[in-house]
Amino acid sequence: MRLINRRPGPPAVAALAALPFVAVALIYASASAARRAENPQDRLLPAPAQILDTAGRLLFEPDRRTGDILFWIDTAVSLQRLGLGVGIAALTGLVIGLAIGLLPLARAGLASFVEVLSLIPPLAVLPILFLLLGLGETAKVALIAIGITPFLIRDMAGRTAEIPPEQIVKAQTLGASSLAIALRVALPQVMPRLIQSVRLALGPAWLFLIAAEAIASEAGLGYRIFLVRRFLAMDVILVYVAWITLLAFLIDRLLRYASRRFFPWAETA
Amino acid sequence: MSFVTVTDLFLDYDRRPILERVNLTAREGEFVAIVGASGCGKSSFLRLLLDQERPSRGTILVDGQPLTGEPNRQRGIVFQRYSVFPHMTVRDNIVAAEALGANPLGILGRSARRDARARAEATLERIGLAHVAGSYPSALSGGMQQRLAIAQALAAKPRILLLDEPFGALDPGTRLRMHDFLSDIRTETGMTIFMVTHDLPEAFKLGDRVIVFDKTRWDPQAPEAYGATITYDFDARHGGIPYQTPKEDPHVPVPA
Ligand SMILES: Nc1ncnc2c1ncn2[C@@H]1O[C@H](COP(=O)(O)OP(=O)(O)O)[C@@H](O)[C@H]1O
Ligand SMILES: [Mg+2]
Repeated sequence: MRLINRRPGPPAVAALAALPFVAVALIYASASAARRAENPQDRLLPAPAQILDTAGRLLFEPDRRTGDILFWIDTAVSLQRLGLGVGIAALTGLVIGLAIGLLPLARAGLASFVEVLSLIPPLAVLPILFLLLGLGETAKVALIAIGITPFLIRDMAGRTAEIPPEQIVKAQTLGASSLAIALRVALPQVMPRLIQSVRLALGPAWLFLIAAEAIASEAGLGYRIFLVRRFLAMDVILVYVAWITLLAFLIDRLLRYASRRFFPWAETA
Repeated sequence: MSFVTVTDLFLDYDRRPILERVNLTAREGEFVAIVGASGCGKSSFLRLLLDQERPSRGTILVDGQPLTGEPNRQRGIVFQRYSVFPHMTVRDNIVAAEALGANPLGILGRSARRDARARAEATLERIGLAHVAGSYPSALSGGMQQRLAIAQALAAKPRILLLDEPFGALDPGTRLRMHDFLSDIRTETGMTIFMVTHDLPEAFKLGDRVIVFDKTRWDPQAPEAYGATITYDFDARHGGIPYQTPKEDPHVPVPA
């Protein structure tokens, strides 16, 4: 039988899915054991047990001075920045994308401008943001928003323009105004795509968040990672990285669920 | 009395003539079937009637008035595909015919929506789609989708209905049922209908007239040099069989 026709059964699917995770864990554990056998003080590859220990300490033990658990503060601060940045970008992308996709006047005026904007590397703009907006929250949120908005605008504009012209004509024969067409015909049809695009944009959004936090911040997941790097606290870094990965995964699943829940018609099409 | 008057109509796309010297008058309530080779400009002609596009030359009058420059509720349309809104349930597709034009937002208030829903339910009952009122169009068969599209267009109460190969994608049995459906609607509403079709028997069965679009001039060296015009205008009442209306009672039995 050809390889392309060999399909795994359900147990094999589960086993194959687990395989790379288990492999990485085993490789790490043996590499860590080997390094510590040579130098018990090694800090670069801490033992799995020590990582778990650190995780327990980070998640549950309050800071001695302030009484706060820094881990959760970092999480809340970062998620707020991410949420604001992505939210602003999604709203901007939706509104301007709809306008470019629906209105020839907006397309003529904005399409090439947005295309040029999307070519600017956002990280190169970061110093400008810090200079203009200060080192506070605004600059970080702005970096995330600026980083992913051009992509979202172009994606929304493209999806809006893909709506069959028959539907737009049909709406006009039913007496719909431009606004009614935007709100009742185009908007609901691009919403599932917006969610999908936001899912794709979350990767870059995390990147911009961590970059901004690494450079100037007083709290946040990215800030903490870059802070403890100075003390070679690899166990803390690994816990934070795992936590960021888990958060990203959960947000992605949440968005996917929302799309299926609220736009069931988009699934069958 | 002419209701739709097309005078000396020309249409070019990028200087390529598509239609030329098209003249047509239709009475109110007339059913005009349009046939012609693929790509000869039938859909373009409907787009002009719809006012989705403007002719290069010539005029179209409806009820003595020129068109306004964009589609409106006076003229409804059903395409072969994509005529209903995929993100609205079957019921909401009918409600949309009232809601979209009700105000600039296209959203009905609570009580108006309740009334519109009730009317939509009645419509769906009549066209046999009541059992799928809550489904999305993608769950419907092609025939049901087209029935919905026609009912939706009619719910806006247009004076003219334009149909662009509305049954082109349906199987023969469904197509026959759609013919009955369309005939019933026509009897009910007395609407003026222009229907493009590929199917000659269908054109003669449904239409009062069958007009044929074709090129009258043809240059083998430049097949695109000339546009199409109306080359035939058949009287298609009584199934297209030549028919004479007797002036006096001939006292012979006429077959029913
Ligand atoms: N928007 C357009 N721009 C340029 N050419 C077009 C456009 N729409 C249709 N055409 C051309 O006009 C001709 C007539 O098209 P159409 O009216 O769709 O034909 P039919 O409906 O009779 O098959 C075709 O050659 C088609 O390629
Ligand atoms: Mg056509």
